[in-house]
Amino acid sequence: MPETKILYNPGHTACGGCGQAIAARLVIEAAGENTIIVNNTGCLEVFTTKYPESAWGVPFIHSLFENAGAVASGVESALKFLGKKEGTNVIAQAGDGGTADIGLQALSGMWERGHDILSVCYDNEAYMNTGIQRSGLTPFDSNTTTSPTGKESFGNPKMKKPVPEIARAHGIPYVATASVAFVRDLQNKVKKAISIKGPKYIQIHVPCPLGWRHEGAQTVTVARAAIETGLYPIFEYVNGELAGVQKIKPKPVEEYLKLQGRFKHLLKAPEQIKKIQEIADNNIKKYGLKLEA
Amino acid sequence: MKKFIEGSYAVAEAVKLCRPGVVSAYPITPQTHIVEGLAQFVADGELKAEFVNVESEHSAASAVLGAVATGVRAFTSSSSQGLLLMTEVIFNIAGMRLPLVLACANRAVSAPINIWNDQQDVMTIRDSGWILLFAENIQEVIDLHIQAYRISEDHSIMLPVMVNLDGYILTHGLEVADMPSQEQVDKFLPPYKPLYKLDTSDPMTLGCLAMPEHYMEARVAIQKTQEAALDFIPKVAGEFKKVFGRESGGLVEAYKIEDAKQVIVAMGSIVGTIKETVDELRAQGKKVGVLKLITYRPFPKQAILNALKNVPEIAVVDKSISLGSNSPLYTDLTSAFIGQDKVSKISGFVLGLGGRDITKDSIKQVFDKLSGKQVDCEFIDVKKELLEEEYAGN
Repeated sequence: MPETKILYNPGHTACGGCGQAIAARLVIEAAGENTIIVNNTGCLEVFTTKYPESAWGVPFIHSLFENAGAVASGVESALKFLGKKEGTNVIAQAGDGGTADIGLQALSGMWERGHDILSVCYDNEAYMNTGIQRSGLTPFDSNTTTSPTGKESFGNPKMKKPVPEIARAHGIPYVATASVAFVRDLQNKVKKAISIKGPKYIQIHVPCPLGWRHEGAQTVTVARAAIETGLYPIFEYVNGELAGVQKIKPKPVEEYLKLQGRFKHLLKAPEQIKKIQEIADNNIKKYGLKLEA
Repeated sequence: MKKFIEGSYAVAEAVKLCRPGVVSAYPITPQTHIVEGLAQFVADGELKAEFVNVESEHSAASAVLGAVATGVRAFTSSSSQGLLLMTEVIFNIAGMRLPLVLACANRAVSAPINIWNDQQDVMTIRDSGWILLFAENIQEVIDLHIQAYRISEDHSIMLPVMVNLDGYILTHGLEVADMPSQEQVDKFLPPYKPLYKLDTSDPMTLGCLAMPEHYMEARVAIQKTQEAALDFIPKVAGEFKKVFGRESGGLVEAYKIEDAKQVIVAMGSIVGTIKETVDELRAQGKKVGVLKLITYRPFPKQAILNALKNVPEIAVVDKSISLGSNSPLYTDLTSAFIGQDKVSKISGFVLGLGGRDITKDSIKQVFDKLSGKQVDCEFIDVKKELLEEEYAGN
């Protein structure tokens, strides 16, 4: 085997089965060693950079919760000034809260200015680092600590914020979703994204066993079920046009919901399941996900 | 070369001479002319730099953070609400030990919204680890920016430096000032040599998580560096004099205090007004003087004690207030005297908030009041009738 540099070392402190930990490794291994990572505050930064250790075999900077888009803009501008931008990838990465909520303004600025940067969102659908609070990417009816279920609540009352659509509306050349369940697709998308000049956005679905309440060994199973039910559509937009989707033979949403404690309360609430099935059906229709026999 | 120049454009020219590779800022009055000037230099090809038009001050500070972390000299500028919005990043830059220069066009903070000068904005970040310099006039504005890079980037310091210039009074005022040549600045300020940077040929991790067993030492290290800067800042001023031929920078400047019975301690453009008042009062036989703080952080305690040791009455005038306490400078100055054998009478005065005019008469009031009862926090030129009308019953 050829000797390769380790870009993401074992020994970090993520939970067993952490989808984000797996996806982060897949991303950097696809991007390669000539990559600078700018990371928002969140689980990933915490479990990979506890001083005096670091999991990263590439240059890595963490500044604050919401500013990866702006810090990366500065990194990229500095590389341009140095004449080193060619051949160096810049990745700005964050969790769903750091992307969809607190970090969205800086990302919007970065996309609008056209920096040659790939932004990656590790979407585990809540603020996990602080204890499973609801974010703009938390799905409908999910039970989190700030959208708890109760006599008058089925959990999070809002739909996921359409961040890929928001990214696309900036006119950026590449927007895609991916999943930790489909490694090759994820890595191909990272490689494709960095081959394109300008701003790119990839949102990766990454189960969090702690927050979603499933066994660590079930991470890939859960992630796959999200896709197979149509609840997490996998698509790719190149220059604003839908360039590809992952086709599915749609399964009922219960097949996904029943795997996770965060949706447990719904199994006795058929009218809620119906609403969630509608979300999946809409996705299937909108993106043409159904595999025609 | 001597030129008649507006303070903001003087900053832009001085910064251009320092050859930053990345400039990023967000518009805010009265800072805008500074970055407009730099944007024009870039547009005209006179400054080879990346100019990043960001969507907020938070991102302006973050972008220059990223640039310096990548090994490139950078510059940003802000004021008032902009600085407050940057605050989180301001602390972060110092904590990450990244050298940077920021020009702060000092202005009041909301509410009420007010775009005019005082120094309440910078006082909100006085505990951030930045080195804080204050300019009295446009010549000093130029000189302090050039010295700021030299101080900030020295491997014994590696802390960001903020150059404060009073909004409008200095940003929009015009004075004759000497703009150094590129050769002089190049001689004084070598290219930035990063101590650490993001580099794919030598990967390192910046911005680690520090647990309780490591965090405290990182903060103590900044405190130690701030102390060391008390020696280094005057050294840089000495080197500056060798190249540029004038005294500028350093920790403090004493004006007619050798035999003074009353001395005002102050920072920024107000010192010019105080100097004129001192001259007038001295012509009347009054033994008065002024001690100007050029460096506010690190706080030059020993330099102040040395300068004021034989002065019986000291007034601190400040264009800011720690609401519920006294003015920040007053608190700093009085604490410097703790444990001294001889403690002078020190009174604190606050004036000029939100652009209220500071006249020679305002300064004379301070000297008059200084002879009376000691006060901690007395406001000068406050309209009592307005207070009674507007806030009656509160």
